Amino acid sequence: MKIIVIIPAYNEGSRIAEVVSNVHRTVPDYDILVVNDGSHDSTASSAATAGATVLSHPFNMGYGVAIQTGYKFAYAKGYDFLAQIDGDGQHDPAYIQRLLEPVISGKTDLTIGSRFLEAGSYEPSLVRRIGMAFFRKVVSLIIGTRITDSTSGYQAFNRDVIRFFTTEVFPCDYPDADMLITLHRAGFRMMEVPVRMYSNVEGKSMHGGIMPFYYIFKMLLSIFVTLLRKRKM
Amino acid sequence: MPIRQKIFALIVCVGVVIFIIDMVRRRRLREEYSVLWLTTSVIMFVLVVKYDWLETITKYIGAGLPTTTLFIGSIVFLMLISVQFSIKISKLTNQVKDLVQDNTLLRSELMNRSRSDRGGTPGSEEDEVA
Repeated sequence: MKIIVIIPAYNEGSRIAEVVSNVHRTVPDYDILVVNDGSHDSTASSAATAGATVLSHPFNMGYGVAIQTGYKFAYAKGYDFLAQIDGDGQHDPAYIQRLLEPVISGKTDLTIGSRFLEAGSYEPSLVRRIGMAFFRKVVSLIIGTRITDSTSGYQAFNRDVIRFFTTEVFPCDYPDADMLITLHRAGFRMMEVPVRMYSNVEGKSMHGGIMPFYYIFKMLLSIFVTLLRKRKM
Repeated sequence: MPIRQKIFALIVCVGVVIFIIDMVRRRRLREEYSVLWLTTSVIMFVLVVKYDWLETITKYIGAGLPTTTLFIGSIVFLMLISVQFSIKISKLTNQVKDLVQDNTLLRSELMNRSRSDRGGTPGSEEDEVA
């Protein structure tokens, strides 16, 4: 049984070594892959020194493309299960095993780590909380299952989902709520697992500036067209 | 339509056709992108020559003047060109993404193989790439 932990990272030179070491300490038998998304700092060398396999994009392509490169690697190398965790240290690696257990046992195809089911996680800002609440209502309504953290990037899934995500159906531009709907319509089972998430100490976010407005627009449009598309497996 | 206006419109249409064909001839414009330009120029040319057709269309769409119809036509054309470019850019973006991912995976594979050939341990590419 081959399992890989994927960590997308962009300019995380100051933290990536610690994240890789923490993951390695928590799940020593799993392979660790860092997808360096065209960083300008020491992200790649720090991750490699910490013991991870590193793939480097020639230039920055964004979170979704980086994580999909990881899926393509995992699929090509024959991995059976995959867990993904952010490279900025927000996700507590102690929960990787808990995320993987239901997937490995066949109880579900994909687990989503929810910060809202576990005490001790950070509180997002009010605006983000409102946005999250809105999209979790939309997703829960459409897929008929209660989802509390539709924007969580802390996930684990099996090879069928890995294969599915290597195709053009994967939304590389903010893959979250719309991706869950696409998965549901393709017949995959999903469930949430409580996880702890910390706030981003350096305050870097891909949701800064005017991006929240674009995010809302993109997500609503994406959900709408996803519902218009034929179901695909 | 005043004769001066007519001559000017015909010169513009013929000028655009010659310019676009020359660009295609010099391989600076692909045939697929010349279609909308040439089609629009020909339609404009025909409507200027067959002015009564233009008047009929003007009446049909409820425009005030035949020149307004030509103006609306040019805006529709520009919108179509923009949509064509947006579709092409989206396709190119996806192709660039796939190329970057393939390049990344192949480079990693190459590094691992060259390291194995030298008797090292396959794994990270970074000591060679960074």
